[in-house]
Amino acid sequence: MTYQFQWSVLWSGQSGSWLLQGVLTTLGISALAWVLAAALGILSGALRTVPWRSLRAAASFYVEFFRNVPLLVWMFFWYFGVPPLLPRPAQEWLFNHGAEFWAGTFALGVYHGARMSEVIRSGIQSIPRTQFEASVAMGLTTFQAYRLVIVPIALRLIVPPATNESLNLLKNSSVALTISVAELTFQTRQIETYTAKAIEALTAGTLIYLVLCVSIASVMGWVERRVRIPGLIARGG
Amino acid sequence: MLDLAVVVDNLRFMLLQGFLGLGAFGGGTLRLAIPAIVLGFLLGIAVGLARLARTPWIRVPAGAYVEFFRGVPLVMVIFWIWFIIPQLVRLPIPEYGVALTAFVIFEAAYFGEIVRAGIQSVPRGQVEAATAIGLTPAQAMRHVVLPQALRNMVPSLVTQMIVLFKDTSLASIIGYVDLTKAAQIVNDREIRPFELYLFIAVVYWICTYSMSRVARRLERRAAAA
Repeated sequence: MTYQFQWSVLWSGQSGSWLLQGVLTTLGISALAWVLAAALGILSGALRTVPWRSLRAAASFYVEFFRNVPLLVWMFFWYFGVPPLLPRPAQEWLFNHGAEFWAGTFALGVYHGARMSEVIRSGIQSIPRTQFEASVAMGLTTFQAYRLVIVPIALRLIVPPATNESLNLLKNSSVALTISVAELTFQTRQIETYTAKAIEALTAGTLIYLVLCVSIASVMGWVERRVRIPGLIARGG
Repeated sequence: MLDLAVVVDNLRFMLLQGFLGLGAFGGGTLRLAIPAIVLGFLLGIAVGLARLARTPWIRVPAGAYVEFFRGVPLVMVIFWIWFIIPQLVRLPIPEYGVALTAFVIFEAAYFGEIVRAGIQSVPRGQVEAATAIGLTPAQAMRHVVLPQALRNMVPSLVTQMIVLFKDTSLASIIGYVDLTKAAQIVNDREIRPFELYLFIAVVYWICTYSMSRVARRLERRAAAA
């Protein structure tokens, strides 16, 4: 018996709407997690370069611990481990509002925040130290120097590695299927379960991921050209 | 609040069975991670060299291979192998074989990029000098370029090995009993997820953090030499 291809399973029945929902959930969880990761990454990346030892140590602890443990373990930790410790009303709210989605977003955001932090730190460290010294000499406080000078320059330098990291985040959102977030890989598996047509379902899911990655990469290529700092060749990452 | 007794009671199972793979389930994080790293790197060298080949018949497919696997989540690749291989060989394949195949194929794309970048970091003059003293291109690659390229690659290689080591946790999705799955099995009985998952997080962290320390030391030694 050879494998009988039956591509129509992808558009007959519910498959089409499942795939669409999967794409939307993947984009939704990735976008929310990306915002969290960017915020945590910028904050901890900047803190790792400031002149205060205790803040540097706290930021390093966050980065080294969260980055070096598998994302899957964090998914289980935030989904199974943490909610029972929350106060009762918070637990009830969570389980009535898609706890797996929020746990998944949190796991993905905190994990990638730690990875993003490294990208931002190397961006900041590639800026000549004199920029910081000049800002302070002009009368800015350290906080102002970071907010107005160092971080804006660093963000423009790190577009290529940050794009790479954002694509990793998008691809890693597939790990959320383990805590039954109905994202793209989950829906692909669901189509396979209902139709027993593994190759068709996996092909559809794979192609959608490739299209998402390629389109984000090309948009970011445009952003990179827009925000490039003229005359500066040095790049973070 | 933190009940560490549950960790102590199940320590043997999680470490021997889950981490090392000694026990009735087979399994084991290390038993999967070490061959995956070695084989993935070897295939990665082939992919990296193929990407630099002169003939487009080799270069273009290798480029497509790398771009494809870097644009697809690893979970997807694991499912592909899980469904495809039994169709191809008409035999049920154990989870170990599925996971190892998926990791080697997937990670070779990433290792391939590191190898390519490492080779390209060796100055062109080195090849010209090697050719000038009479080495064939293959000899120049083996005796002159690769040894220097390897040294340049060390930091990114170790980073990628750490990534692969963490990725082995995904083998638990198809039922392979690694450290993550072992903790899940224990948790199904004990219902202490906070302690158990935090414990395996620490075990993973000890491994990956010590790998990154070694990497830093190698980096410094390479820089000094």
